[in-house]
Order: sequence, then C-alpha cells, then structure tokens
Amino acid sequence: MSNIPAELRYTKSHEWVRVDDDGTLTIGITDHAQDALGDLVYVEVPEEGASVEAGEACAVVESVKAASDVYAPVSGKVIEGNPALADAPETINDDAYGAGWMFKLRGSVDGAELMDAAAYEAFVAAEG
Amino acid sequence: MTQHTVLFQTHVDAGGRMVDFAGWQMPLHYGSQLEEHHAVRRGAGLFDVSHMCAIDLQGPQAEAFLRGLLANDIGRVADGRAMYSCMLNAQGGVIDDLIVYRRGAEDFRLVVNAGTAEKDIAWIEEQAAEAGLAPQVRRDLGILALQGPQAAALLPQAGLDAALSEAAVALKPFGCVGAGDTLLGRTGYTGEDGFEIIAPLETLPALWQALTAAGAQPCGLGARDTLRLEAGMALYGQDMDETVSPLAAGLGWTVAWEPAERDFVGRAALQAQREAADQPRLVGLVLEDRGVLRAHQVVHTLAGEGEITSGGFAPTLERSIALARIPRAASAEPGSEVEVAVRNRRLRARIVKYPFVRHGQSKLD
Repeated sequence: MSNIPAELRYTKSHEWVRVDDDGTLTIGITDHAQDALGDLVYVEVPEEGASVEAGEACAVVESVKAASDVYAPVSGKVIEGNPALADAPETINDDAYGAGWMFKLRGSVDGAELMDAAAYEAFVAAEG
Repeated sequence: MTQHTVLFQTHVDAGGRMVDFAGWQMPLHYGSQLEEHHAVRRGAGLFDVSHMCAIDLQGPQAEAFLRGLLANDIGRVADGRAMYSCMLNAQGGVIDDLIVYRRGAEDFRLVVNAGTAEKDIAWIEEQAAEAGLAPQVRRDLGILALQGPQAAALLPQAGLDAALSEAAVALKPFGCVGAGDTLLGRTGYTGEDGFEIIAPLETLPALWQALTAAGAQPCGLGARDTLRLEAGMALYGQDMDETVSPLAAGLGWTVAWEPAERDFVGRAALQAQREAADQPRLVGLVLEDRGVLRAHQVVHTLAGEGEITSGGFAPTLERSIALARIPRAASAEPGSEVEVAVRNRRLRARIVKYPFVRHGQSKLD
C-alpha cells in the first residue's frame, strides 16, 4: 500500500500538489509513481521563471527502466526547481513528499482537476 | 498464454515485481534494481533464467550438423567447453544468438533465448531432419545464473553433488562440466565470474533456496539488462535481429571464417557483405551531458545518422552508456564526438571501446 498523505491534492498523472500558507504550490510525484518507476537515475526540473500550462509536460524523471514526463497540475509561473535532484535523483525514491519535491509554482488550484487523498487512493486502486 | 517458471511463487514471495517477458512472468526486480546490480559486481547475485530453453543434440552427426548450423565453429572447441554463436538465416540475418555447451564428442546442449525459442526449435528441427538428427527440447530443465566475484565461493553451498561442485569451481571461463542431466558452465551475461546451472526443474527450488541462504542476492531482469550493457554484450531483438548482420552488431568476432570450406548457413551472404565492406558498425557511447541514452534515439555523426540499439544508466559508472549502430563512413575511433537527440535537445556523447565494465572495474579512460 503506497503512502498517500491526507493534506495533499493529486492528479491522474500521479503528481502531488501542496498549497503552502503563502499560496505557493509545491509539486512532486507520488510514492506510488516512484515505486512504479523504480530506482530514479536522472531528473530534469523546469527553469525558474518559466510559464507552464496545466497539463503541460514540464519536467522529466528517468529511472533505470524508462523516461517519464511530469505534468504541471495547474497553470502558473515556476518559482524554482529543486536543485538537489540533479545530483541525487534517488531523493524522490527515498522521500517523494518531502526532500524529493520537484518544483514550486505561483498559480491557483481553483477550478483545477485535482483529487483529495481518498479519491486518489481509489484511483490508484482502480488502475490496478 | 502466460508461462511461469518453477520458481514463480518463490519470486512473488520474495517481493519480486513480476512483469511479462516474451510470454513469461519474470521478476523485474525484488525492490531495488540498483542494489541487485551492485550485488553482482561486488558479491554474488542469482538469476532465474528458466524462461530460456535448452536443446540437446546427440550422435555421431551432431558436430557436423552444428558446424553447418552456426556461424561460429564448434569443431574448434574441445569437449567440456562452451561457445557463443549466432545462428543465421540464408541472408546473413541473426535468427538468434546462443551458447553451445560441448559436453562430449557427440553430445551438445544449446541454450536459446525465450522470445525466439519456438522459431529456433522449428528452424533447428527442419535442418536436423535433413541430417537425420532429432534435437531434444529440454523443457524439463531450468536454468539459474550465479554471477559475481563471490560466485565460486558460494557454489559449494548450493547442495549439488560435491564432486560436481568441486569440478565446476575448478573450471576456467567457458568451461563446462556435467553429471546426468545437470550441466554447469562457467558462463554468464554480466561481465563477472560466475556459473550457469542447467538442472532438472524439480531440483531448482532447493538450489535457489540454498544459494540465497548462502548470501546470493536474488536479481531480476532489470539488473540483468544493466549488467549485460555495461559488459558490452548484445541483446537479441534489440542490438540484432533477423534483419541485422552480425557484422553490423559488433559480432564479427563470433564468425569463424576459417576453414574456408566450412559451409554454414548465411556464409555466402556474410562473405559478400565483408567484401563489399558495406555494413554499419556498432560502437560504444558514453554520454558527456546529463541525461539517459535509450534505445532508438538518433545519433548524429559527421557522416550521417545512426541509432542507439541499447542504452541506459550504467550503475557501476554512474553515467549513461549505449551501444549504437553508426554509418560505416563515420569515425568509430575512441574519443570521436557524436550528438544524440534526446527529446527536444541534442546531447554530447563520446565513442568508446566496450566492454564498459569488466570484473567490477570501469574500462573507461
């Protein structure tokens, strides 16, 4: 059973979104996603200042197995990408919701198609 | 139709992430592919490769038959030795690559790939019928690969017959020794010392249990692929297939041209290719930029485009490497620079000699 924190929101493409008190959105991939990918060996995060559209492929995670796109859950402007991941991509395997965050966005989750933890858990279960 | 090896439940119980491979449910890894890879480079790993198929050929005609069937020459191999070879079609394309164990003057065992086993068997049976031979497909046998610098230290704990085990530990690389249906070869697909154990299915669970209890790390197909890529070993279906000549797959060294009168299937086609010097070349690549090289990415050289046939992250080297087929006119000199199209960018890579890793050590400059 993968770890699905209650305080986060989730996408169907297995990203998580945390809304911080100042409105900053922090985004990463879920524990389920990292587990399915296997050992990560390369991560590409978006550049500071880049504008991204909801659903746009804006980051890449590559495991020993395959490359996989990471999609922007909402539209917004990139505040920063996690600089630690270039040298330590395995951080996402070890701590997907903490030190393994991928990028921060200035944007709004209002009207975005995001699931709460219970809905994401059901979604993952249904995906088999 | 999904097939299971005799160790299927053992893999599931050990946490194996099972995936379909050529119609077989096989473990991709048991938790961490990287840890399994390092276990083979530093200690010992154990692979279930029972999806591969053993075929026995016996009799006074067997040697002559194999000398016509295979591009490498079993006539040059002593009893108790193994040989790697391509099996070609008349056009010089690779039907499969395989190992032949020469158990005796008239006693041979072939091990072929899982994905090609059915067509291989049909091909061999068709050729053998003309020679009056009856190949025996040994689906009653399974195969384990014990690989790594500690393999020889662990083998005596497998629970095999003591004399057989002792004889196996004394083997040189590519030696083989058997007792009854069981055959051990000092062979493998990792670039490390090790053994392949071909044994009756009913004995496999106890061998697996004893070797893992002795400290061998269960390893899945994921680690098998990164290990063989670092070792510069070709993978059938990726680096070559029926449309690719061994000369275009870095396997020219496995073709025995002498004696010139040995007429093996595909010889005329290969000879014409060799004289025309028209085949592309397989080279090793090391990625200079950050990223991961993958199969089918386009390689840009000064003499035109090539293609990566196998690529990935090399855990021992902590960088990405690949095998790539490039135009014959392109420089294959170590150190030559090429560019690889990865998504919307071009990454810099350098041509290197392979194997990339041998016996745990990087071979890169």
